[in-house]
Amino acid sequence: MSLSIEVAVSKGQSHHDFSCSLLSKAQQSQLRGLLEKGLPTTSQPYQHLAEQISNVNNPVNENMVIEQISLWQEQGLIRRFGLVVKHRKLGFNANAMVVWNIPDEQVDMVAKALSQCQEVSLCYRRPRRLPDWPYNLFCMIHGTEREVVLQQIDGITNGLSLSHIEKNVLFSTRAFKQQGARYGKQHNIVQRGSNE
Amino acid sequence: MNKTQVVPELSSLERALINVLQHGLPVCEKPFEQVAEQVGSDEQTVISTLNQLLEQKVLTRFGPMYDAACLGGAFTLAALSVPDDKFEQVTEQVNSFEQIAHNYKRDHDYNMWFVIATESQQEIEQVVKAIEAKTGFSVLNVPKLEEFYVGLYLPV
Repeated sequence: MSLSIEVAVSKGQSHHDFSCSLLSKAQQSQLRGLLEKGLPTTSQPYQHLAEQISNVNNPVNENMVIEQISLWQEQGLIRRFGLVVKHRKLGFNANAMVVWNIPDEQVDMVAKALSQCQEVSLCYRRPRRLPDWPYNLFCMIHGTEREVVLQQIDGITNGLSLSHIEKNVLFSTRAFKQQGARYGKQHNIVQRGSNE
Repeated sequence: MNKTQVVPELSSLERALINVLQHGLPVCEKPFEQVAEQVGSDEQTVISTLNQLLEQKVLTRFGPMYDAACLGGAFTLAALSVPDDKFEQVTEQVNSFEQIAHNYKRDHDYNMWFVIATESQQEIEQVVKAIEAKTGFSVLNVPKLEEFYVGLYLPV
């Protein structure tokens, strides 16, 4: 799959008044669509995008595009803005989904501790589905070798004193479908890395 | 894929770029110039190197990941427990739904794990029911309840 890279989005650090957008609704939608295809690798990519969505009734310049994207980042619409790498192509073939059965009153604390581990790339709380599925906390570890990942999991388990906790490690063995989810009429790609 | 892919040899500039850009792409007039400064190169070299990596499909693209919830979308992680002899058939059945974003085989009794992405919560329920009807297996549906922020970073 293609993997989105979580990028810290600065929140509430507005240097501008973003109370109203300078782009029309149609232009915003156009811009989202263009960004979805990927930022042009040109010297001034935002200028390039501005030219594409500008029209006589509502001329758009580079700054307006930059402000719009910054606004979306602040609003949280754009969660990540960065590089999308094929982790398998880079040799990250050992991808483990580690699932834990953590007592409810401890799950928040353990999740926060797991999130601090360098090896952990995603961490989610999900519902148990008893009796078949007792696990309520999921985390992903991406590595290049299964043995190394297993050692990392051991290290985390011991380091956080979780040896007594029921857990399971599910390595992915095949990827059948690797596309970004498509939402709505704008067909925005929303790759959340939910399972990998 | 189950077979190990050949990992491309990356130059030190390519490695530096991949690592730096994982921390984010500047939103400014000349983002690649800014990146070039960070990796000790120049704008044109950075752009041509990135184009090569895109061509080789080491990188998929640059750009934003939109938040599903902000767009009014919904999604969930789901799994099926499928006997080996039916695995291929069920894979096709599941992937035939356009709402399936990713589908991975994992080594567990629940051996098929996929993400369902839809425009509404209601549609999630519909797709789950439709998958159960089509495959004859019951779906383990484990939507995200809480996300713990992690800065995903894969240094190369």
